[in-house]
Amino acid sequence: MSGAAVPGQRRGGLLLALPLGIFFAVFVVVPLLLLVAVSLYADADMTRFGFDQYLRFFGDDFNRGVLLQTLWLGVKVTALSLVLGFPLAYAYMLAPPRWQSILMLLIVLPLLTSAVVRTFAWVVILGRQGIINESLLALGWIAEPMRLLYTPGAMVIAVAQIELPLMALPVITALMNIDPNLRQASLALGAGHWRTLFQVTLPLAVPGLLAGSLLVFASSVSAFVTQTLVGGGQHMLMPFYMYQQAIQANNYPFAAAIAVTLLVAVMAVVMLINLVGRRAKGFVHA
Amino acid sequence: MNPSSSSGLPVRLAGVQHRYGDSVAVADVDLLVQAGELVALLGPSGCGKTTLLRIVAGLLRQTHGQVHIGDRVVDDLPTPQRGVGIVFQNYALFPHMDVRANVGYGLRARGEASDRIDDTVDRMLDLVQMRKFAHRRPRELSGGQQQRVALARTLAVQPRVLLLDEPFAALDKNLRLDMQIEIRRIQRELGITTLLVTHDQEEAMSMADRIAVMNAGRVEQFDRPEAVYDWPGTRFVAGFIGTANLLPGRLRRAGTGFTLTCDAGGSLALAAAAPCSRDGAAMLSVRPEHLAFGAAGGSGPQATVSMVVPLGPQLVYELTLADGSTVKVTVPRHGEDARVQAGERVALRLRDGAPAAVFLPEVA
Repeated sequence: MSGAAVPGQRRGGLLLALPLGIFFAVFVVVPLLLLVAVSLYADADMTRFGFDQYLRFFGDDFNRGVLLQTLWLGVKVTALSLVLGFPLAYAYMLAPPRWQSILMLLIVLPLLTSAVVRTFAWVVILGRQGIINESLLALGWIAEPMRLLYTPGAMVIAVAQIELPLMALPVITALMNIDPNLRQASLALGAGHWRTLFQVTLPLAVPGLLAGSLLVFASSVSAFVTQTLVGGGQHMLMPFYMYQQAIQANNYPFAAAIAVTLLVAVMAVVMLINLVGRRAKGFVHA
Repeated sequence: MNPSSSSGLPVRLAGVQHRYGDSVAVADVDLLVQAGELVALLGPSGCGKTTLLRIVAGLLRQTHGQVHIGDRVVDDLPTPQRGVGIVFQNYALFPHMDVRANVGYGLRARGEASDRIDDTVDRMLDLVQMRKFAHRRPRELSGGQQQRVALARTLAVQPRVLLLDEPFAALDKNLRLDMQIEIRRIQRELGITTLLVTHDQEEAMSMADRIAVMNAGRVEQFDRPEAVYDWPGTRFVAGFIGTANLLPGRLRRAGTGFTLTCDAGGSLALAAAAPCSRDGAAMLSVRPEHLAFGAAGGSGPQATVSMVVPLGPQLVYELTLADGSTVKVTVPRHGEDARVQAGERVALRLRDGAPAAVFLPEVA
C-alpha cells in the first residue's frame, strides 16, 4: 500500500499543493527575482545593467561597516537571547505542570502583540522621562537623567527581549524531549546538578539552541522597527540603510543591492548554523 | 577500590508508606533484604513495586517510614550518597557519549584519577563482555548490549545495593533468558545486594533468592520462589503466580492430616493445611500438576473430561465438576493418567506429597 505510489494519488497531492505553490511563486519567488533584477541596474534611473551597485557597496568602508555592524548586532542579540532563553526554558522544564502553562502563556504573549507596541514599551522604559530614569531620580541615586535610549546596548537588549520567544520555544521543545531518566541516571551515578546540567542536559539541548539561534539571528538583523526606534538611527544598520536609499534617496537599485547583500549574508550564517546542527543531531537522535 | 571485592549491604524497609495525593501507592511495607541477596519485587502494574524501588534509590521521598541501608538510616541522604546503583528500564544511556564515556561517567563525577578510571572502565567492560564495543555510541548497540553497558556503568561506581527496574522488559524472549543468567552470574560474583522489580513471574522465579509478591501497595508474601509457588500465603498470590484451581469445601481435621469435603461432591485428603487450618468452610488452592486421576466412583470429586490440550511435554486437561465448575489438571504426556480421553469420567485426587494451600472462603 505504501510502496508504489498510485499515479492518480500523486497527481491529487500535487493538485492540492498547487494553491500554495502559486502563492509562493507570486509573492516570494517573483519579488525576489525582481529585487535581484533591480539591483543589477547600474544607475539610479535604471537605464542600463551592470554590477555597479555591488561594486559601490563593497568598495566603500562605510558600507562594509554597516554590513558588519548589522551582522555583529545579530551575533550579540543571539548570544544574549541564548543566555536569557536557556535558563527560561530550563525553568519551564523543571516547573510543575500548573506553572508550565502560566510560563508558556507569558513566553508566547509577546508574539501575540505587535513588535511596534513592544518597541514603544521599551521607549517608555528607557526614555529621559522613562520609568528607569524617573525611579532613579526619585531615589536620589542620580542627579540628572541618564542616556539609555538610542544607545547600542539598549538596542541589543530590546531586540533580544523581542526575539526571546523564538529562542525559548525551540529550546523548550528540545529539553522536553530529553528522557528524564537520563538526568536521574546522572544524579544516581554521583554527578551533582551542575555537572548533570553541563554534561547531559545542555549537550542534548544543542539542536534546540541552534534552531533558536537561527531564528533569532535571521529575525534580529532585519528587525527594522526596533533597531530604528530604540537605536534612534544613531548607528546605521542595513534595514534602515535600505529604507533610506529607497524611500529618501530614491535609489532603488542601490537599496536592492543592499537587500540582496543582507539576504546572502544571513543565508550564509543560517547555512553555517545548519551545518553545525546536522553534526550535533547525529548523536542526539538515537 | 576493587569492585569484585565490594560486598553488598542489607536493606531494611520499616513501615514504608507512600501516597501520591490521595492515592496510596505503597501501604506500610516492612522488608528485610539480606546482604548479597537477590530479591524480586513482583506484582501487577500499579502494585507499588517501582515506587518502592525509587524510594530505596532516593529518587522519591516516602510519606512515612524508614529505609535502612547497612546500619544507616538513609532517608535524608540524596541518591549519590546512598551507595545504590540503578539500571533503568530503558537503560538511560547518555546518547551523546560512547560506551567508554558512559561507563566512566560516574567515576569522573566522583573525581577519580584518569588512569584509575581507565582501569576500572576496562575491568567493567570485561565483566559484561563489551570491551570490543568501547567506542560505539549507544544507538549503534542492540538492546542486550545496551543493557550490558547500563549494568557496567552502574557497577563501575561500586554500589553496595543494585536496583533493577524491569531490566528485561525491552528484550526479546531468547535474549532475555541469556541476560537473566548473565546478571545472576555477575550479581553472585560481586555479592551485591539486589532488588529486582518485575511483573514477570517466571523472571522472578528463575532469578530471585526470595520473592516479595506485591499487590495494592502491600507485600502479600515474602519467601523463597518454591515456597511462594507451593504454599501461596494469600489467595492473591495463589492466583497471580502460576495457575491455581480453587475448590470450595469444608475442612476437617482427620488423624495427623485433614480432609476437605468439596462442595461439588467427594473429598480430598490433605497432609497439611496452611495458611488456614481451622475446621469449617474453606477454599482449597491446588496447582494443576498437583492433581491426579483416580477411577470413577472413588472418594474424590467426580469430574468429566471436557477437553485435552497437548502442551509440549505435558497434557492439559479441563474437567467439569458436578456443580459445573471447571478444574485444570496437567499430567506428563507419557504417564499413566495420559490415557484418559475426553468425555471420560474420573475421580480427582491429590498427588502424594503434593502441596495444597487452604484459605478462608471468600467473604461474599
